Amino acid sequence: MKKLPPVDVVIIGAGWTGLTMAKELATRTGLKILVLERGGPHKTRDYLDSMDELDYAVRLRMMQPIHDETVTFRHTPRDRALPVRQYGSFLPGTGVGGSGEHWSGISYRYYPHDFRRRSHIVENYGTKRVPEDCTVRDWPITYDDLEPYYARAELMMGISGKAGNLNGRKIAGGNIFEGPRRSEYPTPPMKMPHLAALFREAAQSLGYHPFPLPAATTSIPYTNPDGISRAGCSYCGYCERFGCMVGAKAQPTNTLMPVLARRPNFELRTSAHVRRIVVDGAEAQGVQYSDARGEEFLQPAGLVFLASWTINNTRLLLLSGIGEPYDPDTGRGTLGANLTHQVTIPAATVFFERPLNSFMGAGSAGVAIGDFDTLDHSQLDFLTGGALYTVCYGTRPIAYFGTLPPSFRGTSWGSVWKNAAIHYYDRTGLVRFYGEHLAYRANYMDLDPVYKDRWGDPLIRMTLDWCENERRMATYITPRAVDVARAMGAVEATPFPGLKHYDATRYQGTHVQGGTILGANKTDSVVNRYLQHWRVANLFVLGASAFPQNPSGNPTLTAVALTYRTADAVVEKFLQHPGDLAP
Amino acid sequence: MPRRGRRHFLTLSSTALGGLLVYSLDRRPSRVHAQAGAVKVPLRFFTEEEALTIAAAAGRIFPNDESGPGANEAGVVIYIDRQLASAYGRDHYRYTQPPFESGVPEQGWQGKETPRELYRIGLALLAGFLSLTPAEQDARLTQMQHTPFFSLLRTHTIEGMFCDPMHGGNRDLIGWQLLGFPGPRMSYFDEIDQHYGAPFRPKPNSLAQILGHSVEPGEDRET
Repeated sequence: MKKLPPVDVVIIGAGWTGLTMAKELATRTGLKILVLERGGPHKTRDYLDSMDELDYAVRLRMMQPIHDETVTFRHTPRDRALPVRQYGSFLPGTGVGGSGEHWSGISYRYYPHDFRRRSHIVENYGTKRVPEDCTVRDWPITYDDLEPYYARAELMMGISGKAGNLNGRKIAGGNIFEGPRRSEYPTPPMKMPHLAALFREAAQSLGYHPFPLPAATTSIPYTNPDGISRAGCSYCGYCERFGCMVGAKAQPTNTLMPVLARRPNFELRTSAHVRRIVVDGAEAQGVQYSDARGEEFLQPAGLVFLASWTINNTRLLLLSGIGEPYDPDTGRGTLGANLTHQVTIPAATVFFERPLNSFMGAGSAGVAIGDFDTLDHSQLDFLTGGALYTVCYGTRPIAYFGTLPPSFRGTSWGSVWKNAAIHYYDRTGLVRFYGEHLAYRANYMDLDPVYKDRWGDPLIRMTLDWCENERRMATYITPRAVDVARAMGAVEATPFPGLKHYDATRYQGTHVQGGTILGANKTDSVVNRYLQHWRVANLFVLGASAFPQNPSGNPTLTAVALTYRTADAVVEKFLQHPGDLAP
Repeated sequence: MPRRGRRHFLTLSSTALGGLLVYSLDRRPSRVHAQAGAVKVPLRFFTEEEALTIAAAAGRIFPNDESGPGANEAGVVIYIDRQLASAYGRDHYRYTQPPFESGVPEQGWQGKETPRELYRIGLALLAGFLSLTPAEQDARLTQMQHTPFFSLLRTHTIEGMFCDPMHGGNRDLIGWQLLGFPGPRMSYFDEIDQHYGAPFRPKPNSLAQILGHSVEPGEDRET
C-alpha cells in the first residue's frame, strides 16, 4: 500500500454534505482539504446529452453500480437476508455530487415537534401510547437551534417556495403548519403544472391548506451568497434521475464545485473508493482507498469527515471497526441502530377524462398539504403524520405507460391493453403521501455474513419492516387521498392497497436514515449534537445517517443545515481547541 | 452468447419498414429510401429465425391494430437484439454474486439467469410460434405469461416502443407519436402553466435531432 503525503482534512464523499463542508472549510480556513469520491466527475454540460430515459432512468447510469455492490435485506432478525440484486426501493447516486445530482429537489424544513418527537408523543398522549419496541427519540438540538442553518442552506441552494409562518405570523398560501421562519424563501414558488393546479383547488375545496412544494429547482434566475448564479427552471421533465442541463436544479456540481474550484487549498480525487478509516485508539489517522486500477493507498489526514450516503456511512464504520455494532437482542451497541426509511405511498392513482400534458414538469413542481402532518392522535390508532401531495416530474413514457384504471384489472398485453394504455398515458396522475417512519428495536443494519462486494468486503445487511403504526397511518390516509382525487375530477381512482411488509422492489425514495444517530450521550448514540464521533474526536459523520428517525419530510435540506452547523463548530471551536465539542 | 460464426440479418420488406429508418452495419442509424426493396438489418445477438420469433411475440404484446402501429413497426426486436448483445444482456446491471437462494417477493427477483439466458429459455418455449395463427399465438403467450421470460419480454417491448430511437426501437418516433410524447425538449417555460385541460402536442424530436449531434447509447459502450 502506497502512503501518500498527509493532508489536513480528508472528506469521504463529494455529495451535498461532503462538498458543503469542503466549501466552508476551504473558504474560511487555510487548511489543505482533500475530497475523495469513488465515482467519476459530472458537469452541467454533460447533462444535455443525458435526456434519455432508457440509459438514465431505466438502466440508472447515475447510480452506484449495483453489479459491484448492493445491500442485503430481510424483514426480521429471524429471516435470511438476500441481496437486493436490482435497484428497487432507493437509488443512491455516484460520482461528484452524489445523489444530489439526480434528486428531485423537494426541500422541506422539519417541524419543531420533529426534533422533540418522543417528548411530543409522551406529553400529548402519555408514555403508554409509545409502542413497546419503538425507539423514537428526541434530537439533542431544537428547531430554533437549526433555523439559522436552514436559512443558510436555503440561500445557498436558492430554494423556491412560499413561507407559511414568518416569525410566527401565519400566511395563507404557504404551509401554515410549519415552524417560524425568519425569512421568506430565496425565490418565489415554481409555476404550477395542470395536475398540481387540480390538486390545489381540490384540497382547498375540502378545507385543507395547500402550499407549493419548496423546490431546489429555482423558479427564476438566482445568485446565491457565494456569488454563484443559476438559471431558472425550464420544466423539461428530465429531472428526477437526471442531472439538470441548465443548472436550475441545485446540485453540488453547479452550486458548490464552482466555489471550490477556485480554492488553491482544495483537491478532489475521483475514482477513489475508500475502504477503511484508519484509527489509532481514539484518533483517526486517515483513510485507506483503492483507485480505478485497484491500487491501494493510505491517505493520512488530521481530520476526517465521513460524508457518504446513509447506508455507506454505517458500513464504513462497521468495516473500520469504529464503535460498537448494535445488537437488537440485547439492545447493546449503537452503530447500525434506528434504521428508518419513509412511508412513501401512491395513496390514490387518479384517472381523468382530459389530458394533463404531464410530460412537462420538474422534480419538485407540485403542491402539498400539511394538514396531516399535525394531526391530533388522541382518537387515532397511530402516532405519526405526513403530507399528501402531487408533483409533476415529467411522465417518462417507458415508466408511466401501462398504468390503467381498476376497470381494466387483469389486462397487461394485447390490443385492449395497448389501446387503453395509450389513452390513459397522459390522463393519469398520483395523489402521493410521504409519512413519518418511527424507529424500532428490530430495524437496524449490520454486516452481512455471506455476501461480499467487488473488493471482497462484506455487504451491509438491512433488517427492516413496517410496524402496525405505519400500516394504520397508510390505512387512514388512503380514503382521504381518494376524496381529494374525486374533488380533482377523477373518472376513476385506484386506492393504495395497503402497507404490508417493507418491499425492497418498490421505489420509495432514497430517504434512508439512521445507523450513526446523533444523541445527547455516548451510551445511546454514535455522534454528538455536532455530528462528532463520541469515541474518535477528529472524526465527524455527516448526513441523514445521524437522524434518529424519519420525520416525514425529505431529508436533504436538514442534512445540509446540520453540516453548516457542524462547520461552524469546527471552525469556531474545534480548530482552536481540538477535543470533544459536547463533553 | 452472441454468435461468432455466420453473420445474421433480419430481412425486412420496405412495407414493414414504412420506407424510413434502418440501421447500417457500423451501428449508426441512417435513412435509406424504400426503393431498395428488402432491407437487411444486421443482428448482434439473435439468428434471423430467433429475431422473427421474438418479433412475432412482441407483435402480439403490442399489436399493430386499428389504434395504430405496434412493436414490429417500431423495431422492438432490433432494440432487444442490441440490449442482449450488450453488457446488459450478460447482467452487468444486476448484482450477480452467489449464492442464489429463493426468498420472499419483497426481496426481489433472485434468479441466476442472465437476460440472454432468459431469452434462450423463452425461445425454447416459443418453438413453432411462427407457424401459429394469431389466436394460437395469443393462447401460447397466455400459457407462459407468468414466466420470468414473458415478464422480461413485455418490459423490453415497452422499452423498445418508447426509447429514444438511438437504441434501435421507436423507429421514426412511432411510439412517441402514438402517445403524444414530444421527446426531449429544451424548455416548457412558456407552456407549463398553459393548456390546462386541453392537449398540447408539440411535434416529437429525438435527442439527436434536438442536440444536432448523436449520443452514444449505453449498449454501444464497452463495459
